Amino acid sequence: MTDTLARRYVGASVPRVEDDRLLRGGGRYVDDVRVTDQLEAAFLRSPHANARIVSIDTRRAREAPGVHLVLTGADLGPLNVPLPAFVPDPNMRAAHTQLPLAAERVRYVGEAIAMVVADDRYLAEDAAALVEVEYEALPAVVELSEASGGPGVVHDDAPDNVAGLVEDSTGDADAAFESAPMVERLALSIERSLASPIEGRGISVEWNPQRRRMHVWASTQAPVALKHGLCRILGLSSDELHLEAPDVGGGFGAKIMVFYPEEILLPYAALRLGRSVKWTEDRWEHFVSSNQERGQIHRAEVAFDADGRILAVRTHFLHDSGAYTPYGSDVCFNTVTHVLGQYRIPNFKATAEVLFTNKPPVSPYRGAGRPQAVFVMERLMGAVARRTGRDVNEIRRLNLIPADAFPYETGLHIKAPVRYDSGNYQAGFDLALELLDPAAFRVEQEAARRDGRYLGMGLATYVEATAPARSEGCSARLEGSGKVVISLGLASQGQGHETTFAQICADELGCRVEDVVIRAGNAGGQDDGIGTFGSRGLVMGGNAVASAAKEIRQKVAAFASDLFEVSPADIVMQDGWVSVAGSPTTRLRLGTVATLANPFGYPGTWGAEDDPAVLDRVRARAGDHRPASQRIEARAYFEQPDMAFASGVHAATVEVDPGTGGVRILKYVLVHDCGVIVNPAIVDGQVLGGLAQGIGGALLERLLFDPQTGQPQTTSFMDFRLPTVDDIPDVLLGHIETPSPLNPLGVKGTGEAGVIPVSAVIAEAVEDALAPLGVRIDSMPLFPDTIVELIRSAAAAQGQA
Amino acid sequence: MTAATPVRIRLRVNGAERAADVPPRLLLSDFLRHQLRLTGTHVGCEHGVCGACTVLLDGASVRSCLVFAVQADGSEIRTVEGLAGADGSLGPIQQAFKDEHGLQCGFCTPGILMSFAGLADETPDANREQVEEVLTGHLCRCTGYRNIVRAAGEVFGFGDEGASPAHNAEMADAGTTPA
Repeated sequence: MTDTLARRYVGASVPRVEDDRLLRGGGRYVDDVRVTDQLEAAFLRSPHANARIVSIDTRRAREAPGVHLVLTGADLGPLNVPLPAFVPDPNMRAAHTQLPLAAERVRYVGEAIAMVVADDRYLAEDAAALVEVEYEALPAVVELSEASGGPGVVHDDAPDNVAGLVEDSTGDADAAFESAPMVERLALSIERSLASPIEGRGISVEWNPQRRRMHVWASTQAPVALKHGLCRILGLSSDELHLEAPDVGGGFGAKIMVFYPEEILLPYAALRLGRSVKWTEDRWEHFVSSNQERGQIHRAEVAFDADGRILAVRTHFLHDSGAYTPYGSDVCFNTVTHVLGQYRIPNFKATAEVLFTNKPPVSPYRGAGRPQAVFVMERLMGAVARRTGRDVNEIRRLNLIPADAFPYETGLHIKAPVRYDSGNYQAGFDLALELLDPAAFRVEQEAARRDGRYLGMGLATYVEATAPARSEGCSARLEGSGKVVISLGLASQGQGHETTFAQICADELGCRVEDVVIRAGNAGGQDDGIGTFGSRGLVMGGNAVASAAKEIRQKVAAFASDLFEVSPADIVMQDGWVSVAGSPTTRLRLGTVATLANPFGYPGTWGAEDDPAVLDRVRARAGDHRPASQRIEARAYFEQPDMAFASGVHAATVEVDPGTGGVRILKYVLVHDCGVIVNPAIVDGQVLGGLAQGIGGALLERLLFDPQTGQPQTTSFMDFRLPTVDDIPDVLLGHIETPSPLNPLGVKGTGEAGVIPVSAVIAEAVEDALAPLGVRIDSMPLFPDTIVELIRSAAAAQGQA
Repeated sequence: MTAATPVRIRLRVNGAERAADVPPRLLLSDFLRHQLRLTGTHVGCEHGVCGACTVLLDGASVRSCLVFAVQADGSEIRTVEGLAGADGSLGPIQQAFKDEHGLQCGFCTPGILMSFAGLADETPDANREQVEEVLTGHLCRCTGYRNIVRAAGEVFGFGDEGASPAHNAEMADAGTTPA
């Protein structure tokens, strides 16, 4: 078998396999799955942020029309124990997950208290409104800055509301600060946000008690974890419970909690009723009961010399974990390990307090702690530039990790050593500056200032540790139809895995991309794997597919060499043909080879494209003595213990209207390195989509809670404004490609990259625009009223000076 | 669904006559999805902001989550399922979305397609500004919109010029080779 593979598909913008059905309205999302005689559920959720439940009376709800079941925590018996935590976490002093249904205490507005199952959703909601709960309200812990030390207590075993402490360091930051020529200190914060996929969460259960077969469709990023977890919790075998993620309308982190209460309660209700049941999250529920993220407050410091060479960085920060800690300190350690980013900084120390508040639980949302880290580092860069009187991008360049320093050890070691596998940060930085053209912008900025207009420029660099959780698996089979069917537990939420994985397989196997069928999300029965998060889908799933395809190729070559009576090394596979090197007419279709190799001899017609003479010759030889073990199939597990570090540079110019506080992005530059690119159109789409989410996070989106009561004040798309087309600038996009040495495909993750540096870029650009007014940006997002207020207070401060 | 007396409605959906008895409070979106099984119309917010549930009602694009099914009595409804050509091929707007990678998860897509279909009927030569104004009525969390505008440009004929969507400025291969 010749090993020189003609790469035909990897690197090409192959049109997406998924699109045809999605464009016809033929996608099948959870709420679209048709299950006969299915009941629907609705939830009663807490109206209090922190309260004791004195009593629950469900009598009126039970008697309401169409109601089949009303459940409270007390009705669940031994099932109503704290939900599983993501991983054991030694950093946690007081780790808490919520109960499927709150029984004695509620800790955030939106926490589920009772579940109603009725003939349809309308009736279920009617009845849920009839559940009567008496509460004894307790002081709410709302503001992160005051979470510790106030009157409110979220969990009684953590009276100071400290859930955990995270610390990591490299070098000796304290000593470096003591001897440093210059030091700057900043107080920085980023507010809470949430994922807001346009399809909310949902779970649909079909249960037939006679056949003892449960089929669950879940809008989740981790169908296999959900399946096996549910089997354990409900005591069902993996044969009795099939769970798949069908088409999923976006995830961005919000759909990988394993478990949300509803994911256990719906299957349980189905078992209890002997009926099929469905629940579809509505938008209000997404705002109050899906996980959220971002909220952090940093006290950050940087030590440097007169040239701007950074000697040390320290940050102590508060991390808002909400009412429970399903992910422990995961988001926190992402922040800690991403502050240093692309900069060579010998001394670093980060300490974090994971704090409970009476708000929805926090788990990773696209970016997952990294946008906060980049915001902190790049704000410090700005402070260094100001103090030294040098250009901030010159300071950055001075401190970049050089291209010959890879693999680069950061010296950090949370969970495992933080080691950058590959990169070329100078190249990306140079490309970004070339696209940005700062010199031309400064001229334009000067001219604009003379006209009373405020233009500014900002830039940020970042790295992203991609592909956590070391294993992913898939199974593959070459069929007599000529199709290669590959099944993965990994689920897609719009990333186009059906296309990229098919490209990878087609190249490895030498077949046509349209002959590869990818069944992701456990739909195809591969029920081992982890899930789609941490920008790991392509790295882990793609390499598993490559490995399985390679094994299929070897099996085809071995069998074909026997048929053709040549050495396996002389077998050539291309375009779905298996042939002999140097004898291109001695060839068979892949499907024909699979049919010949199959020991069970299924009936069918022989391939019309195959040369009958070749076919006759080899059919006799294939005989009827084929062992079943020769079937052309493979099960592959890909392991990558270390993370692959993607990186990039974003830059923008903006105009700020000092009267209205409005910010308009004039130009946006995005340079990105995710290693080998499999499908450029899909990568660009991921990155641009992330950018839009980043712009939302920088300028439009924030979750507000009443500071006294903890009532959420942003619970619709009218209060929490996602970006629309007019918020998104045109983008100049550049790529750097440094393959990862960690995996055979050389790929790195790309799902989260676009969102990570945006707040840092916008902060620097707005600050630059308003520099004549003396405005400093230390908190994100920036709303127009925030900017007007910053201008006002800067003017007042200057007036006093 | 409720004690309220169902109301008989008759309407045309994608050219076919349909009749049904519906509770007065049933939303048009739920009627289309769950009674007619036209699940291509998606529900994203149920308060009229996201636009995923957009359909054409007597030619006008409306949020089907803000219309009761009974209000659609006697009307002509068009949904995403009615966009493909008679021969089964994708309609021009659908094809352009595919060509330009104008969708990712696909959940918001049918609503946008319907708004563009309405615009194409009304203003076949809409310019970029008019297209973007229509598009501001839709939330897409995946794409960042630029490829959607480019797809619309293909159909409405305003092209890329002036303000181009993302394009690759340069491929700089600083590479080592894969292990």
